[in-house]
Amino acid sequence: MNFEEGLRLAYQTVKSNKLRTFLTTLGIVIGVMAVIGMMSIIDALERHMTQTLSAVGGSVFWVQKYPAVRIGHLDRKYRNRKNITVEHARAVKRLAKAVGAVSPEFYTLGKQIKYKDESTNPNIIIYGGDENWAEVNDRYISEGRLFIKEDIYHKRYVAVIGSDIVEKLFPFSYPVGERIKIGNIRFEVVGVIDKKGEIFGNTQDNLVTIPYSTFRKVFGTKRTINIGIKAKSVELIPEAIDQTISALRIARKVPPGAENDFEIVTQDSIMDTLKNLTGFVFIAAVVICGISLLVGGIGIMNIMLVSVTERTREIGIRKAIGAKRKHILFQFMTESIGICIFGGIIGVILGVVVGLFISAALKLPPTIPVWSIFLGLGFSLLIGVVFGVYPAMKAARLDPIEALRHE
Amino acid sequence: MDALINLKDIVKTYQVGTVEVHALRGVDLQIQRNEYISIMGPSGSGKSTLMNIIGCLDSPTSGRYELESTPVHEMDDNQLAEIRNRKIGFVFQTFNLLPRASALHNVELPLIYSGVSASKRKVIAEEALDKVGLSDRKNHRPNELSGGQRQRVAIARALVNNPSLILADEPTGNLDSKTGEEIMRVFGKLNEAGNTIIVVTHEKYIADQASRIVRILDGNIADDLQLEEN
Repeated sequence: MNFEEGLRLAYQTVKSNKLRTFLTTLGIVIGVMAVIGMMSIIDALERHMTQTLSAVGGSVFWVQKYPAVRIGHLDRKYRNRKNITVEHARAVKRLAKAVGAVSPEFYTLGKQIKYKDESTNPNIIIYGGDENWAEVNDRYISEGRLFIKEDIYHKRYVAVIGSDIVEKLFPFSYPVGERIKIGNIRFEVVGVIDKKGEIFGNTQDNLVTIPYSTFRKVFGTKRTINIGIKAKSVELIPEAIDQTISALRIARKVPPGAENDFEIVTQDSIMDTLKNLTGFVFIAAVVICGISLLVGGIGIMNIMLVSVTERTREIGIRKAIGAKRKHILFQFMTESIGICIFGGIIGVILGVVVGLFISAALKLPPTIPVWSIFLGLGFSLLIGVVFGVYPAMKAARLDPIEALRHE
Repeated sequence: MDALINLKDIVKTYQVGTVEVHALRGVDLQIQRNEYISIMGPSGSGKSTLMNIIGCLDSPTSGRYELESTPVHEMDDNQLAEIRNRKIGFVFQTFNLLPRASALHNVELPLIYSGVSASKRKVIAEEALDKVGLSDRKNHRPNELSGGQRQRVAIARALVNNPSLILADEPTGNLDSKTGEEIMRVFGKLNEAGNTIIVVTHEKYIADQASRIVRILDGNIADDLQLEEN
């Protein structure tokens, strides 16, 4: 029997049992949809992270108290660390020869900004930085200027503000030169930070940056800072990192042999951590999809067994007029594989749609990993074979006389 | 010339629970080419078992069965399927057509299993339908055909591979007498055209159409009667 005849038969059976076939394939559809949806989201995340991170100046790295990407609770190990202070930043500047700029960065979350009668939501991040703040953070000042050394020295009340704040407080006016209030303290707006948009649905533009000296005066000194460090050149990054680590260990009196009590965050280290994270998601996705496909496969087997019983007489007729075991086996295998591939194709289409939809919802670039489509279809094929073999064997082994007698 | 069918001391025993049922107790039968033969017997006589063995649907417990001098009794499932496909055409009481397939496709079925190409298949199947006078109904499904027409489709299907033998099991059992006669006339014509035909029946007037009547009783041949040419 040829392949075309097998396909025709499978199509005929599917057509005459539309609802049943649809329900049977649902398991496969959902499984494959989940595989492709998950894969395209993970893929989009990874691409997006690569893009976002590569935008950060290649020669900049950060010293922080906490790791850049945290999963679950903050470990006590991190909380018990000594704060990182401006003194440590100075030590790095003094001891690390391969380091160009060192920029301390204070931060505090959840502040409200007021201008005249208007105010923002209390979700503004206040940064305290120096004249290198914009450069190490890969931000640009689109209007006005950043504060300068004199502002820092004189602890002036000047601020550069993010575009979210401009949209909220200065919808129709020019913000530079205006006076805003952070808490109850007045600041003069000297510049506007360029808009960066959202990452994973979170805005990057709800921030105000003021000179770190002013920050300490207003918000206190007993807080940890991040230190943005720029190597003298890209080639010198490894050296700069080594020297920074040595300088910090001396300044923070870390005993020899003990672990660093601070985190060095580079573009690569963030990438690695995020890759780890998506790796977990990936494994979870594979497990979930595997279970779903297994359930789908059991459904296929069930319906194929029903189909064999229902068509016992047909099998008897076919055998009587000369169908060999392999013909019957082939017929039922084609049917189960056909149903699975059919479900797989629907799953692929839905998965692509879901992937694009979620990517759009998370404001990620839309991507469809082609290999996941093949993976999905491959899985469908595998399930069709694995779960179709037993019912098909059962059909092929039927005794023609018994089968013909079957009502 | 050798006989078409040569059965020698055919025994068939079934195990039903703990009881042994002796369906055939040593049947000897020879059938020549171009014979038209009826097998008669009451139910439980073993005629169905004999038909199944002649039709290669079943293997004897012991004894020799040679079809065109080929020993069939020692063949396995797949070889028997091939014999059924190429040498035997079945006509059943309940027609046994595939309900979802057109008449033409039903007739094509044996050709599919013997590996004939699609285009050739169609031509041969159309010819066979033409022989039974149904070329105008080839695209109808069985449920759109009358009983007589269905049985003609089944006959066309039995003919399509040019079998050595046409085996009909109560072919008129589900038809009214007028249609039954029509079907029997088709068999008569096929026999005149050179086909060997075996009809299993328990109706005397059907059996009388044949040129030889074999009666089975309790698993043995009770009577083997050569009729005058009518």
